[in-house]
Amino acid sequence: MDKKLGRFLLIGIPYFWLFLLFLVPFGIVLKISFSDIAVAIPPYTPTFDFESGWEGFKALLAELDFENYIWLTEDDLYWTSYLSSLRIAFISTVLTLLIGYPLAYSMAKAPSEWRPTLLMLIILPFWTSFLIRVYAWIGILKTEGLLNQLLMFLGIVDDPLQILNTDTAVYIGIVYSYLPFMVLPLYSSLEKMDGSLLEAAQDLGCTAISAFWKVTLPLSIPGIIAGSFLVFIPAIGEFVIPDLLGGSNTKMIGKTLWAEFFSNRDWPVASAVAVLLLLLLIVPIVLFQKQQERAQEAEQ
Amino acid sequence: MNISSAKKPSARFEPWEDPNEKPLVRFKNVTKRFGSFTAIDDISLDIYEREFFALLGPSGCGKTTMMRMLAGFETPSEGIISLGEDDIGTVPPYKRPVNMMFQSYALFPHMTVEANIAFGLKQDKWPKNLIQERVEEMLSLVQLRKFAKRKPHQLSGGQRQRVALARSLAKKPKLLLLDEPLGALDKKLREQTQFELMDIQEKLGMTFVIVTHDQEEAMTVASRIAVMDDGKIMQVATPEVIYEYPNSRYVADFIGDVNIIEGQLGNRTEEGVKLSWAEGQPEIAIANNTSRSENENACFAIRPEKVHVSREEPVDADNRIRGQIDDIAYIGNLSTYYVRLSNGMIFKAQESNRRRLANREFTWEDQVWLSWRNTAGVLLD
Ligand SMILES: Nc1ncnc2c1ncn2[C@@H]1O[C@H](COP(=O)(O)OP(=O)(O)OP(=O)(O)O)[C@@H](O)[C@H]1O
Ligand SMILES: [Mg+2]
Repeated sequence: MDKKLGRFLLIGIPYFWLFLLFLVPFGIVLKISFSDIAVAIPPYTPTFDFESGWEGFKALLAELDFENYIWLTEDDLYWTSYLSSLRIAFISTVLTLLIGYPLAYSMAKAPSEWRPTLLMLIILPFWTSFLIRVYAWIGILKTEGLLNQLLMFLGIVDDPLQILNTDTAVYIGIVYSYLPFMVLPLYSSLEKMDGSLLEAAQDLGCTAISAFWKVTLPLSIPGIIAGSFLVFIPAIGEFVIPDLLGGSNTKMIGKTLWAEFFSNRDWPVASAVAVLLLLLLIVPIVLFQKQQERAQEAEQ
Repeated sequence: MNISSAKKPSARFEPWEDPNEKPLVRFKNVTKRFGSFTAIDDISLDIYEREFFALLGPSGCGKTTMMRMLAGFETPSEGIISLGEDDIGTVPPYKRPVNMMFQSYALFPHMTVEANIAFGLKQDKWPKNLIQERVEEMLSLVQLRKFAKRKPHQLSGGQRQRVALARSLAKKPKLLLLDEPLGALDKKLREQTQFELMDIQEKLGMTFVIVTHDQEEAMTVASRIAVMDDGKIMQVATPEVIYEYPNSRYVADFIGDVNIIEGQLGNRTEEGVKLSWAEGQPEIAIANNTSRSENENACFAIRPEKVHVSREEPVDADNRIRGQIDDIAYIGNLSTYYVRLSNGMIFKAQESNRRRLANREFTWEDQVWLSWRNTAGVLLD
């Protein structure tokens, strides 16, 4: 009996956390998204107070509606933000993959005594605050910044390039910030690959290059998928990078959300945007989970 | 006599005896070093077409390294390896008409059994229908037709091994390298596969080099065996010669069971030489099959199954020694008797068990006679 209770508690703890830190806040946001804007504190109506009890709760439910969601479909700002977020996240993921793969590959092929150091270098940027690192990019990318100075010094360009406050800067920021999330899963899938497989491929008539395409690449697909999701999912909702590096016409849903909350103080619409964003993210997250399960099965 | 030998499919296969025969593979003073460690030490070796050549030796003696140099994964530090007429020292693996079955199988985990076997054929741009045909053929050869669509991780160890074998055979290479091909199989399947391998080799007319540290396996399949130790080749010869006439104490000891007696040779007579070896023990008579000079130290080696155990003194035997049974190892069809001589030495003798265990002739502590003919053993360095 006691043992059962202990087991129940043990399994219960993570669920309790999930409930407290995810479901409860989510419920609150969901409720706000069904409310109406009001000039009050908090800036929406109706609000719930415990004294009114069950009857009060029922009255509150009756006042909730889908008005905000309907609004999201009426103004194209929202869906263009969603689409633009998806596009930026997708392109950044591809760029991160293109840069991360050779990086992870060369790490996995490096002499084994070097690998811990190389891994360390990949993780090193995490020791500085994310915000500060993104700020640093402003100094690099701005018109009189380091990059432009270098380009002009080398005579590649005559006039400084406008990189800051464009989508390019956003791509640079996202690729830079999320590169470790791509490299680490790629590295781990490449590193555990059995070298004799490549030898077998060569033995059967492959050059080193075709052995890469036929053996190494297919075997690193789980790493590619994992890394891509780890970049794609947070990139969709990214706010700091487009806000600091992007221009006024860089649309991302994180920025729209922020503007809705803090500039417009329209919490109900902002909540509706957030709920939709969550629903949008659930698809890739579920796909990711599925893929991880399959990868684990294949390993056994 | 003549009729029976004429019936055999081929005359004796002994290309190594023919000075006009050109070897398929030639190692010429090959040395391989890894850093300061010498894995292969100045080896010269010829392997002929259609041979089933076995490399035998303890773990770490350099067998896999020899194979990897043949397959092209290692280049010799010194010396020349040639295949046919060509020096292949620096030819990359994918250009060699050589295939290897890896010790670790190295099956592609993302491909089905079928795709694994077809891999090399696709690489050579075979037409689709021929690939299909050959894959089928290989699958039936290794009895895996039912498993064609499985991935390697869905197979047992023995099945994987057979896929690896099929994959390496599919391209019908001139030279097939088998690195411990049967290690994961149980005894029955292993023996069966050994005979299949010999069959395949003969049918396809290929040359096989097999690595094993199972001497029985080497004796069964090989036309010749090279016994290796510590990067050197100790002896290359047919299984019979290796077994009956080992050229060194190491080879005698490594292949099968052996009694080794150190002593001093006496004068040569018409019957041969005598070896005196211990106070109070009769000298050992050895027939005149040795070129060894007289009066020097030597080793005498005799296999346990050549030593006869009896209760009565075998008066007409060339050699006979008295002793007491110390231990008996029963292995079903055979029993090995560990007989303690009066000087304390343990002598092994093997008898086949013609009777049931309960009626066994000898038991522990029995006084027995050991005897053997003067041609039964050999003298070594
Ligand atoms: N790449 C390498 N670097 C350094 N030493 C090596 C390398 N490959 C092999 N060796 C060494 O060379 C020696 C011979 O190795 P090899 O693999 O040929 O042995 P083996 O006879 O195949 O042994 P086993 O029966 O255990 O497979 C070993 O001592 C091994 O440690
Ligand atoms: Mg080996």
